[in-house]
Amino acid sequence: MRGAKMVVEALKREGVEVIFGYPGGAVIDIYDELYKTDEVRHVLVRHEQGAAHAADGFARSTGKVGVALATSGPGATNTVTGIATAYMDSIPMVVLTGQVPTKLIGNDAFQEVDTTGVTRPITKHNFLVKRVEDLPRILKAAFHIARTGRPGPVLVDLPKDVQQAKGEFDYPEEIQLRSYNPTYEPHLKQIERAYQLLEKAERPVFLIGGGVISSGASEEVRELAERLNLPVTMTLMGLGGFPGDHDQSLGMLGMHGTYFANMAVANSDVLLAVGARFDDRVTGRVDAFAPSAKIIHIDIDPTSIQKNVKVDVPIVGDCKRSLERLLELIKAVGKPKKYFKERYKDWWDQIDIWRKRYPLSYKEDPNYIKPQYVLEKLYELTQGNAIICTEVGQNQMWTAQFYKFKYPRTLISSGGLGTMGFGFPASIGAQMGNPGKLVIDIAGDGSIQMNIQELATAMDQRLPIKIIILNNGFLGMVRQWQELFYEKRYSAVKFTTIPDFVKIAEAYGAMGIRITKTQEVEPTLKQILSMDKLVILDVIISPEEGVFPMVPAGKATTEMILV
Amino acid sequence: MSERKCTLSVLVENTPGTLARVAGLFSGRGFNIDSLCVAETLDPTLSHLTLVTRGDDQIIEQIIKQLRRLVDVYKVVDVTEEGDYVEREMALIKVRAEKENREEIFRICEIFRLKIVDVTPRTYVIEVTGDKNKLEAVIELLQPIGIKEIVRTGTIAMKREKKNA
Ligand SMILES: Cc1ncc(C[n+]2csc(CCOP(=O)(O)OP(=O)(O)O)c2C)c(N)n1
Ligand SMILES: [Mg+2]
Repeated sequence: MRGAKMVVEALKREGVEVIFGYPGGAVIDIYDELYKTDEVRHVLVRHEQGAAHAADGFARSTGKVGVALATSGPGATNTVTGIATAYMDSIPMVVLTGQVPTKLIGNDAFQEVDTTGVTRPITKHNFLVKRVEDLPRILKAAFHIARTGRPGPVLVDLPKDVQQAKGEFDYPEEIQLRSYNPTYEPHLKQIERAYQLLEKAERPVFLIGGGVISSGASEEVRELAERLNLPVTMTLMGLGGFPGDHDQSLGMLGMHGTYFANMAVANSDVLLAVGARFDDRVTGRVDAFAPSAKIIHIDIDPTSIQKNVKVDVPIVGDCKRSLERLLELIKAVGKPKKYFKERYKDWWDQIDIWRKRYPLSYKEDPNYIKPQYVLEKLYELTQGNAIICTEVGQNQMWTAQFYKFKYPRTLISSGGLGTMGFGFPASIGAQMGNPGKLVIDIAGDGSIQMNIQELATAMDQRLPIKIIILNNGFLGMVRQWQELFYEKRYSAVKFTTIPDFVKIAEAYGAMGIRITKTQEVEPTLKQILSMDKLVILDVIISPEEGVFPMVPAGKATTEMILV
Repeated sequence: MSERKCTLSVLVENTPGTLARVAGLFSGRGFNIDSLCVAETLDPTLSHLTLVTRGDDQIIEQIIKQLRRLVDVYKVVDVTEEGDYVEREMALIKVRAEKENREEIFRICEIFRLKIVDVTPRTYVIEVTGDKNKLEAVIELLQPIGIKEIVRTGTIAMKREKKNA
């Protein structure tokens, strides 16, 4: 069997039904094999960055490994932002790139780039396949590494002669890598220590991050939170890991988190963090972060623990398994539910005071549509039953604040890298992976222009994605920083030429609608949500609206700017 | 927290790119590398790196964990932490060997038990093996005589077997 065919066979063996890619000379053999099969569907994008983000959105929304395919040189370098985005958020992805023939490697051949070199720091692992004999094993390893442990993107670079060479296709069912053994099972002693802290706590907070989503631990999170009567807060990546409409939810933590979540964490005496990595957007000034708390930290990646904050009870293990063990322990020897109800009563009273003092809010304005209102309405109309992708900037933060994510894998957002242009191609992947579901991209007028070419891809596939542009006519988040910290010197945040997004939609054969008044919001949302086609809804919002609360970068999380 | 020196003994898969991955980890995360020695092991599929680095305890813990996280890293041991160990480094030093200072060079070689491994009418190449202190002492003594060139291997290290085990 030829190498190119092995690639396609491996995709089948791994259960890959759809891949996202763009052809070129160095992958033409693989495309020839794709032509011959119906089992692997190929989505032709318009830019390789779109392929990588679509594979990523597919992975985030389904939990399966997303696959992207690109040619050598510029094809490969175009995927770089997409790979880095997936890497920062620990998303399982396999990226296949073509490479010049092995004998030309290092010669500055046409369309040659040292792809494994370029992507080394932004992949969980990568491979350059030099011999066709190695191909089945490497492909197996790539999928295995991508989806196990702390997931991440894996790149396989495939020289053209390897694709053309013939070899035995002996695809391993299982693979053991002696140097790669992620720890799933937590240390029971540590689980006991964690419980002892929680039992004696007076002001506990439960912090959940993206690890809860990727390990599928949201049931356990909920059970534990309810059993122990814990207030729950989430990082951006953790949203949906615990129902946003639950009484015990404090919403998001950090720079644009809620006042009450930040206050609760700052005043906590025990912080149980699961699958979160204490990114600077969450901690603010590190030495002022949860200063009196003993921290219990569960994470599958030992490097996340003790990296940014000092942890008292480190637990290395899969989030789901670790919470299962903790629950087992509590059921066997823990105090009854009533104990925690009573024990944390004063703490909840205090949290409720904070909640009442500064709930998430915004000022209404008769002249403008408020973006927060749009998101509240969208939540009301969808009841959390939609997959919401976001771009980056204010649109992303308003979404995180005002849409209550009830289920895991319903928020698809670039958290770690903050990649503008991610949301729309990711929504293509999400819709491909969830054909019956409502998929919405909340966009900014800046971000949407970064991968707007993918409208053609979405139309090709007849995807009924709804793009809602919160159009403030600004690179709003940067403008907000300039307003607050640079005395309103609005440098390079206003485009001179702004395209007519309605006409753009129409040019691609989609539907475009613009609204400018608050009363139009609800009926128009209703209208587009019931339509079975791609719609761009251009919502002209108040141009200088801010995202609040805000913890200025490098400040303590209690030093919030409130409105 | 105070900085300490740390010698790591690292076994890695002998595949292309592994060394770049290790080096990239250090540069990308702003860790120091004081020296790095790479060689094959008895098992041709594994290579051995000895890596000398510095940092406070938290940094060193991070370095070790980050190394272990690499898919191609088989084993990491902090030799300096786990008790007694032997450390060696080698240097080749080319010194000016004029008539008037040859005596002095011989004397230094005798005291430190050094070998002269190459001789020309005007230069000697001296081989020094030992720990860092010895190498530094030799270099200091040879400096006034005139060192023309110096090449050092970087440190290799090995844990001592426990005496009563
Ligand atoms: C690729 C990329 N370039 C630059 C930035 C920096 N950046 C962060 S938010 C932002 C403005 C985004 O503008 P827009 O999409 O209109 O969203 P808004 O904040 O106005 O909602 C910029 C430029 C980024 N995050 N990503
Ligand atoms: Mg904008």
